[in-house]
Amino acid sequence: MFGRLTWDAVPFNQPIPLITSLVVILALGAVAIWVTRIRAWPYLWHEYITSTDHKRIGIMYIVLALVMLVRGFSDAIMMRAQQSLAIGASQGYLPPEHYDQIFSAHGTIMIFFVAMPFVIGFMNFVVPLQLGVRDVAFPTMNNVSFWLTASGVLLVNLSLFLGEFARTGWLGFPPLSEKAFSPGVGVDYYLVALQISGVGTVLTAVNFVTTILKTRAPGMSYLRMPVFCWTSLASNLLILAAFPVLTVTLALLMLDRYLGFHFFTNDGGGNSMLYMNLIWIWGHPEVYILILPAFGIYSEVVSTFSGKPLFGYRSMVFATLAICVLSFTVWLHHFFTMGAGADVNAVFGIASMLIGIPTGVKIYNWLFTMYGGRVRFNVPMYYAVGFMLTFVVGGLTGVLLAIPPVDFIVHNSLFLVAHFHQVIIGGVVFALMAGYTYWFPKAFGFTLDERLGKAVFWCWFIGFHLAFMPLYVLGFWGATRRMQHIPDPTWAPWLNIAFVGAAIIGLGIVLTVVQLLYSIRTRDRRRDITGDPWDGRTLEWLTLSPPPHYNFAVLPDVHGEEAYWTRKQTAIKEERLIDEPNYQPIEMPLNTPVGIICAFFASVCGFAVIWYIWWLAILGLIGAFAIFVWYAWRDEHEHIIPVEEVRANARERRRIRMEHLHELSQSV
Amino acid sequence: MTTVSEAPAVGLTHQGSEDTGLGHRGPASKSIVVPYGFWLFILSDMVLFSALFATYASLVHATDGGPITNQLFDRKLVAIETLALLLSSFVCGLAMITAKRRNMLWTQGWLLLTGLLGLVFLSIELFEFGKMIGEGAGPQRSAFLSSFFTLVGCHGAHVTAGLLWLGTMMAQIWTKGFRQDIMRRLLCYSVFWHALDIIWVAIFTIVYLIGTLP
Amino acid sequence: MGPPELNQVPSRYETALRATGALALLLFATGCNRGVLNPIGPVAAQEKQILINSTAIMLAIIIPTMIATVAVAWWFRRSNSKASYRPDWEYSGAIEMVVWAIPALTIMLLGGIAWIGSHDLEPSKPLASKVAPLKVDVVSLDWKWLFIYPDQGVATVNQLVVPAGTPVSFRLTSATVWNSFFVPQMGTMIYTMPRMTTRLNLQADRPGTYNGLSSHFSGDGFPGMQFEVQALPPAQFATWAQGAHGQRTALDGRGFAELSKPSSYVRPMTYGAVAPGLFDAIVAGRAPQLHQPQAAPPARQASAVPPGG
Repeated sequence: MFGRLTWDAVPFNQPIPLITSLVVILALGAVAIWVTRIRAWPYLWHEYITSTDHKRIGIMYIVLALVMLVRGFSDAIMMRAQQSLAIGASQGYLPPEHYDQIFSAHGTIMIFFVAMPFVIGFMNFVVPLQLGVRDVAFPTMNNVSFWLTASGVLLVNLSLFLGEFARTGWLGFPPLSEKAFSPGVGVDYYLVALQISGVGTVLTAVNFVTTILKTRAPGMSYLRMPVFCWTSLASNLLILAAFPVLTVTLALLMLDRYLGFHFFTNDGGGNSMLYMNLIWIWGHPEVYILILPAFGIYSEVVSTFSGKPLFGYRSMVFATLAICVLSFTVWLHHFFTMGAGADVNAVFGIASMLIGIPTGVKIYNWLFTMYGGRVRFNVPMYYAVGFMLTFVVGGLTGVLLAIPPVDFIVHNSLFLVAHFHQVIIGGVVFALMAGYTYWFPKAFGFTLDERLGKAVFWCWFIGFHLAFMPLYVLGFWGATRRMQHIPDPTWAPWLNIAFVGAAIIGLGIVLTVVQLLYSIRTRDRRRDITGDPWDGRTLEWLTLSPPPHYNFAVLPDVHGEEAYWTRKQTAIKEERLIDEPNYQPIEMPLNTPVGIICAFFASVCGFAVIWYIWWLAILGLIGAFAIFVWYAWRDEHEHIIPVEEVRANARERRRIRMEHLHELSQSV
Repeated sequence: MTTVSEAPAVGLTHQGSEDTGLGHRGPASKSIVVPYGFWLFILSDMVLFSALFATYASLVHATDGGPITNQLFDRKLVAIETLALLLSSFVCGLAMITAKRRNMLWTQGWLLLTGLLGLVFLSIELFEFGKMIGEGAGPQRSAFLSSFFTLVGCHGAHVTAGLLWLGTMMAQIWTKGFRQDIMRRLLCYSVFWHALDIIWVAIFTIVYLIGTLP
Repeated sequence: MGPPELNQVPSRYETALRATGALALLLFATGCNRGVLNPIGPVAAQEKQILINSTAIMLAIIIPTMIATVAVAWWFRRSNSKASYRPDWEYSGAIEMVVWAIPALTIMLLGGIAWIGSHDLEPSKPLASKVAPLKVDVVSLDWKWLFIYPDQGVATVNQLVVPAGTPVSFRLTSATVWNSFFVPQMGTMIYTMPRMTTRLNLQADRPGTYNGLSSHFSGDGFPGMQFEVQALPPAQFATWAQGAHGQRTALDGRGFAELSKPSSYVRPMTYGAVAPGLFDAIVAGRAPQLHQPQAAPPARQASAVPPGG
């Protein structure tokens, strides 16, 4: 009746998951009670949960990512603590079967449920505004994409309360992940959660490629698009091309586990090397999916805070597309030590280095953007410069790893772990924090506190270096990754420094929360009155903060590169705004509960598949199909915003702009 | 005021345009954007099938001492099911023509025939699968058979989903007529159905034809 | 949103940079004589050399770039009225050529190193030597290492004994899941995969005891897969091999089945006799093993055997 779900699944005899589960349930309960008491459910339902507004969906993605950052970081600090304690005779406080779940969950959560949603959240919020349009091409599908991602989050976290998580690392290599060697539910939680959220991700890609290529403001040709839109395009093209491979690979493993197929098994002719190839054909483009939008954020931040256009715009576009294409040609560098032979290894090694060329060009272009500028060191600029210093070292270690004979001695070691954290934290996380600070006022109408923001930056910068520089050393000393127990006591000082670094990062995360709460409480001191607090150069700064639901009363007419900047300079010089346009009523898509209901059925089906409750799985599938049919029967797709409202909002914006015209300029 | 269906993707008013090349007229209309997005989805589905083809190619000789391609495939059956599927696509095309002319009876008729031919295809495929499993050549027998059943079965699963979608479309057209948004969905459906044909051509070439070479 | 105290910013940056630099230097200086940076064989020595050369080449580019980044950011800060503001300067063909050329040339150089190095240090390539190689067959089990010496007719667990100055030619496989055979001071690691054979060639130039491990996660008992490499002078090696014959335990079918039961942190042991063709049987999947797939999957799988002291 309940498949393999029994009372054994609840971790009564494991204190850490048990207590964590209780705390999380209590916390969720407390939040639910509070929301009920302030009668906020209807607001949440109408303004966020069923919203088809790209801005609201973007905010939801980022909230999801920040919450999961706490979970992923908790896993990290637990691992650091274990490695500091479990040396020599001591086994630490985490037995292997628990430690192995923690490092697997850490990687899975950080990549799929922190970095991806955070990046997608920014693309959601920013791209339509920068393109000068009202929403993405498929707003309802956008809502569905978000909730499917949330479904994946739910399932991964459910593994803490019921059953266990995978113990195979974040990529689940067979044969270890096959039924024979991982008979429990852990790998199934991993596979099902990723399959469900993977569907959401591919739909996002369809949405954004269509939006960027087919819906832009009048006059915005390709070479007038902001660089963040170019990098979002490249990233979404990568998602479109790479995620189906992930779907297939995980599906093949599921077929092995559920139906006894022989894709990757030791017997029956299965070939585990095939999994390695397939998963990394997805895996390498995945990291570029994350870093390209990050590069886009840096381009926006550096040019805005230098008071100059981005240096070498066309070169940057070309470099972005080159990275996009090249990222599909390098996957074998993840397994040079599999024994493919000298020619194959060398070719892939050289291909991997080639990606360093366009990346290097970007660094120099950012440098020359600052050159001749008037650089303002607000928080986002701290992250940008911190990135430029940190990421190039990560690139160096990456090129080292791309040389097969070097990889032969540091593959899978703590050197590798330090490398990828350096490029992900120095590259992606710093960009996310910069973007968070940079676009926060646009989303909420006030800026975040600068001093706390700088403190957060220093925690990340110093904490990162302390946490990972020792790992490079240990990697050279022969320390491999994923060790629950440390054999050599002389490694202890380095691991302890690393622990301190992780703790400082933790402080940074705490301060981020403090900064948010403090900034909300004191928001009146830092109101974004004009909508352009940073002297911005792209179209999102044309609107008030937050923008109206429909973004622009009239889609801006784009006449050259940096449309908003030119328009602003002209207005300041001539001391007047452009002529008032002819306002029209605006059609906007309706809200819809389809996303959350579909995700509900997907979660039910997923849960049932994990626990072998077949009748429930079928019910879940039927429910998902039923909601699709119900949605298809909808007759009204849009509502109309009356012209009086549009005109009133627009005139208010024009009045404020005219009044504060000279405050907009900060570089002079 | 523009109608719901012909309005551009999201509400638009614009003035002025210079010829700057692509994008100068502002956001494209829904009748362009929707099929464009659907084509992108089809492309991603093609990537999905390529991964399955690559898997099949890697494992086609991993028979673990079990049955090989030559022993298993019946060219006659494959020919019939191919014919059924291709005919089904052709008839779907006819349905699109009569739908453009808003002819309810003929449209539903052609769509019904599309579905029936699709069902013929599926039945033959299921029969073939059943026969192989009965002979001990099921997907659990070897890696080659796992990849065969998955590649061909995935296509069959897409056909099944297509039939469910077809039923929904027929019901929608019946109750709501040839409204613009319904027509867009029908267009997407037919793109999907034709794309499945393309995949099938690849499958019967790579799997069945090459597999039954002497 | 007012400007920060910009005169403080550069000194904060400088201090942070100097501190980090000093710490980094300290870290790297003390790391120099261990693990892969202390090679005891020709393979590891060449790999270390490539590592150092490549790092030096890249540092020559990266250090000036990092200095330039800080210098430009500091000089062109808004409060510096001496810096020229060129708000329309956004392109220069000459600079473009240079910024594409610098990484391209660097990569060409490193690419050459990668090509030559990959071929010179291909794991399956036998080492040049006047001495005939020692053959060792390696099997990774859950969670220990089995070393079979086909020419000597003996086997060891978690201890690899080799003659110093003699190349060792490995055939490797796994009885269960993937692992990776790695002796950092000897150089190149290679995966061990079930039903497949990988090949590796290494040499220990001088006698000594060196650490070995598995560098590919293989399950709950993974941390207990450390092993010891003993390089003996050739005459002593011959003595050892003869003495090993005297061990009563034999690695026959039953012995292998016993050995393949899950266990971790296994103490080194020696087998006096090995069933002929055992390695090939393991590769073919025909060797008797007691780690069988479980019929009914439990909600949580059982943990590995807890480590002995």
